[in-house]
Amino acid sequence: MQHASSNVTGDMSPTTSPVVVLERVARRFGTQVALDGVSACIRPGEFVAVIGRSGAGKTTLLRCLSRALVPTEGAIRMGGQDLRPLAGAGLRAHRARVGVIYQQFNLVRRLRVLDNVLIGRLPHLRGWRRHAALVGVFDRVERGAALSCLDHVGLLARAWQRTDTLSGGEQQRVAIAKILAQEPRLILGDEPVASLDVMNGALVMETLRRIASSAGLTVVSTLHHVEYARRYADRVLGLRAGRLVFDGPPAKLGDDAIREIFGSVPEGTAEANEVARLPEPVLVAS
Amino acid sequence: MTSPLAGILGGPPPQAPPRRSDLGRNLVATLALAVVLGMAARVIELRPLELVRDIGNIGVFLKGYLRPSFGNIGEYSWQCVVTICIALWGTLLALVISVPLGLLGARNLSPHPVVYFAARRTMDLLRAVNEFVFALMFVTAVGLGPFAGMLALGIHTGGVLGKLLSETIEGIDPGQAEGVTAVGAGRLHVIAFGVVPQVLPNFLSYVLLRFESDIRSAAVIGMVGGGGIGFYLWDTIRSFKDGEAATVILLIVAMVMCTDVISARIRRAAI
Repeated sequence: MQHASSNVTGDMSPTTSPVVVLERVARRFGTQVALDGVSACIRPGEFVAVIGRSGAGKTTLLRCLSRALVPTEGAIRMGGQDLRPLAGAGLRAHRARVGVIYQQFNLVRRLRVLDNVLIGRLPHLRGWRRHAALVGVFDRVERGAALSCLDHVGLLARAWQRTDTLSGGEQQRVAIAKILAQEPRLILGDEPVASLDVMNGALVMETLRRIASSAGLTVVSTLHHVEYARRYADRVLGLRAGRLVFDGPPAKLGDDAIREIFGSVPEGTAEANEVARLPEPVLVAS
Repeated sequence: MTSPLAGILGGPPPQAPPRRSDLGRNLVATLALAVVLGMAARVIELRPLELVRDIGNIGVFLKGYLRPSFGNIGEYSWQCVVTICIALWGTLLALVISVPLGLLGARNLSPHPVVYFAARRTMDLLRAVNEFVFALMFVTAVGLGPFAGMLALGIHTGGVLGKLLSETIEGIDPGQAEGVTAVGAGRLHVIAFGVVPQVLPNFLSYVLLRFESDIRSAAVIGMVGGGGIGFYLWDTIRSFKDGEAATVILLIVAMVMCTDVISARIRRAAI
């Protein structure tokens, strides 16, 4: 059993309208090709892992989805809308519907934990609440929402602590609470567990997995290790030198596929073995 | 006992890869600096021997200051209070000026290169013109007195704090601000949540530093009609009332020391 909590699988009915459509997306930096004709269709509720060697274009793909980069060729559509022409308020609205989780957490370290979660509410504030937030004033409803999100990742007791006093694993869960408060349609993970140890990494992945399936959110995440993809993803995209060379469920990720993506079958590193030996998912108290 | 690193350290060391020598460049730089310093010494008539020979004259000059007279100490103390008030309001005015200029003049926040350029040059102008010149200017508008002094200090310090703020903002961790931008927050929200918490401790430290320096400036700005203790400093020295001048100087030193102690406390409590 790899993801018992999931009720969504890769082979969904073709009538479900996709969250994101990538059409022959290419991105070049000068003469260097980072992405080369990537086409894929991400359906609602999917948990998609993007794997590949460093430099294969994983981060470029993610940055195109968050619209931090514009593809050189091809198009990315989200909810039927082409991302290319977005600017100003439209771009901010796009950012609000895409939650990003970073390798280095990107929380404001000197702020309290609850304030970092409240940052996720900022794009939803209207009228006087927008201005009150500038001096740190949020109404009871927003505060309550942020507290619920913190509770959901098991960190309610940390609400008033300064964020930089938390451990890396805890900070990443605060980042997840912030994304929850943001109410996005799509969650992007940029190596969310690469700077965490295996136990904390597993806890973060399980939290992500749980909120994705309970809230029906779609997740696209780069993962530095195949074992994480095997364990937590519904669908794996394998990139090699900017080309999509694998697209399928983790069960099909055999030695041939791994060789195709990585050029060789990596030896079982200590970390991989540790991930593979992890006990069945233990959900954080909520 | 063989070291566990014997395999690495045992053999003959490899040839280091070639690198360009910095010697020539350093030599040229040192020579150039020496030449510039030498010419500057000629310009400022640097004659250390005269200082050694005639150092006794300073003793004669200072002798009068050894007996401070405390006849007017009440008035002098009041003028010290006036001086502190000038510095307080001057620093507040400087804050009001420096925050918008600093935000617009930070490369990573400025909405447009033209705005960045304008903000930078405005701050340069405010810094380049001495507070005494500003004081002379404001005296013509609001007359002699502490108000003119406070305006002059505030304007000049506004330029200084603005530059310090903009450079602090340029040094923030962009990742923390990106975490706010990425949720779709507006520009002001990104500043309030992603930038302000990062720059606040340093900026507060700079404000306190400039407040101390404003106290010293306010203590002499009275020379040009800006109010405060500076008027008496100038007046007593110029009319050779050495005892009175000594009292004024002692008061200024005490005032600066007190400011330093208090601002150190604030800094420790707040940061």
